[in-house]
Amino acid sequence: MRYLPHTDIDRAAMLDTIGADSVDALFSDVPSDLYLDGPVEGLPLHASEMAVERHMRRLSKKNLAAADTPFFLGAGAYRHHVPATVDHIIQRGEFLTAYTPYQPEIAQGTLQMLFEFQTQVARLYGCAIANASMYDGSTACWEAMVMAERITKRTRVVCAAGLHPHYVSVATTLARFTRASVDTAVPVLEAGAGEDAIIDRIDEETSCVVVQYPDILGRIPDLQRIADAAHDKGALLIAVNTEPVALGALEAPGDLGADIVVGEGQAIGVGLQFGGPYLGLFAIANPRHVRQMPGRLCGETIDADGKRGFVLTLSTREQHIRREKATSNICTNSGLCALAFSVHMTLLGDAGLSRLAAVNHALACKAADRLGRVPGLKVLNDTFFNEFTVTFDRDARQLVRDLADKGILAGISLGRLFPDEASLSGGLLVTVTETSTEEDIEALANALQEALS
Amino acid sequence: MSRYFTEEHEWIDVEGDTATIGITDYAQEQLGDVVFVEVPDEGTEVAKGKEAAVVESVKAASDVYAPIGGTVTEGNSALEDDPALVNSSPEEDGWFFRLTIADRSELEGLMDEKAYKAFVDTLD
Repeated sequence: MRYLPHTDIDRAAMLDTIGADSVDALFSDVPSDLYLDGPVEGLPLHASEMAVERHMRRLSKKNLAAADTPFFLGAGAYRHHVPATVDHIIQRGEFLTAYTPYQPEIAQGTLQMLFEFQTQVARLYGCAIANASMYDGSTACWEAMVMAERITKRTRVVCAAGLHPHYVSVATTLARFTRASVDTAVPVLEAGAGEDAIIDRIDEETSCVVVQYPDILGRIPDLQRIADAAHDKGALLIAVNTEPVALGALEAPGDLGADIVVGEGQAIGVGLQFGGPYLGLFAIANPRHVRQMPGRLCGETIDADGKRGFVLTLSTREQHIRREKATSNICTNSGLCALAFSVHMTLLGDAGLSRLAAVNHALACKAADRLGRVPGLKVLNDTFFNEFTVTFDRDARQLVRDLADKGILAGISLGRLFPDEASLSGGLLVTVTETSTEEDIEALANALQEALS
Repeated sequence: MSRYFTEEHEWIDVEGDTATIGITDYAQEQLGDVVFVEVPDEGTEVAKGKEAAVVESVKAASDVYAPIGGTVTEGNSALEDDPALVNSSPEEDGWFFRLTIADRSELEGLMDEKAYKAFVDTLD
């Protein structure tokens, strides 16, 4: 049977109200060659639950799963161990309150969780105020650029060459519909993060400089230097972080002069999930900018009896109140992913996060040392946290495919990230987390040595 | 000094070619507790009937329109730290901004206090 709640009478009434004769007339602006003219090819019209399960199991066996193989992929999506406790806790009834916590009297569970989450993000980023989360790192990054435009009344965005190309791509797509001009650059294969090149591009028209930390090649830029140069020109510094575990070891961007800090929170608590849904993090260093912030904010208050409670606050920034003058068209947040992040972060604690970061970095150093001994392979970075770039005189895209056929997921080729840049085709980004073992590193080194000989 | 009123519930005090602008007691009453006011920067050119400031209460944000065109000479900086002045003293300490009047003829058609009171009486 088909699960369609509307009767023919309902549909007729709706069509009549809209002023369309039929459902087809309603969709008349969809080109006719895009219509489906029958069942989807290869998909049966119906199947039993058991048959579907069997079929899905067969399909899933075709995957080379991250957990079953030496795995060195990162570049904005990281495989970390998520404790089993996280999945259990996020399913508890206390958190299953109203979907939208606009009625604080019945949503204290959700609201308190958001408040704790914001506190964690603000501390992680070295910032004054964090919001209740955005959709993902790339959209959070775009929102930060738009916010900088509102604050500075300028429209030129300077993206550092080390900014993730997918983040750049989201920004350039969205900028087609705004006044912003996005100035981009492609990374050069050199050990340093190229601060001079970034600083040279900042001018009096620049609203913000967007710098990834650590950057797309794993290098760690000197944020304070770039922040000072940006502030001298009246521009803001937006720091972007795609690997929050790194901040268990590195100084927080907000303490290094960044005005807005954004990033991807997936690494903590969320898991790879085939690429989504993910979790955008967003925080500001200066509380005076709070009214220009996008997204939900949860605040602490007291109720009529003087008891501590939580509410959504400063909502007049948001589109359900301010309409076309809202700071953003996000009016929600990534609630479940934020909860998972917050639970995992709580389980880790300050000391746990530092230890996790130390383990990541130590294993990455081991991998860099071992790979550095592979003939024909060079480690590019002089700084990195848990991912670094290696180079060789071969097309890395093909090499990654060859190694995948042998059951080793060696990393992300720069050719995949920058398909139009021949100069980067011999680069491979290798990511090492606490889930990698020394045997995995050895297997990767041996496979690379074999492939390059 | 003479005081004028608009149907958008703004008052204007005119002294020479300087105008001081704020919102009326009736307006603050309708808004409820004011939590934030954004006033225009010095030097901003405002046009009659166009948005010049924003006033926010706990659950609403409203635009304040320039009742007359001109160049802003001063925003009320006291509102930054104490937006509640708009509630406690809407027609004195809670003023929004001052401007140099560009065209005095724009004052024509604005209400005096008596006319404004009569206008408000028709609203309730």
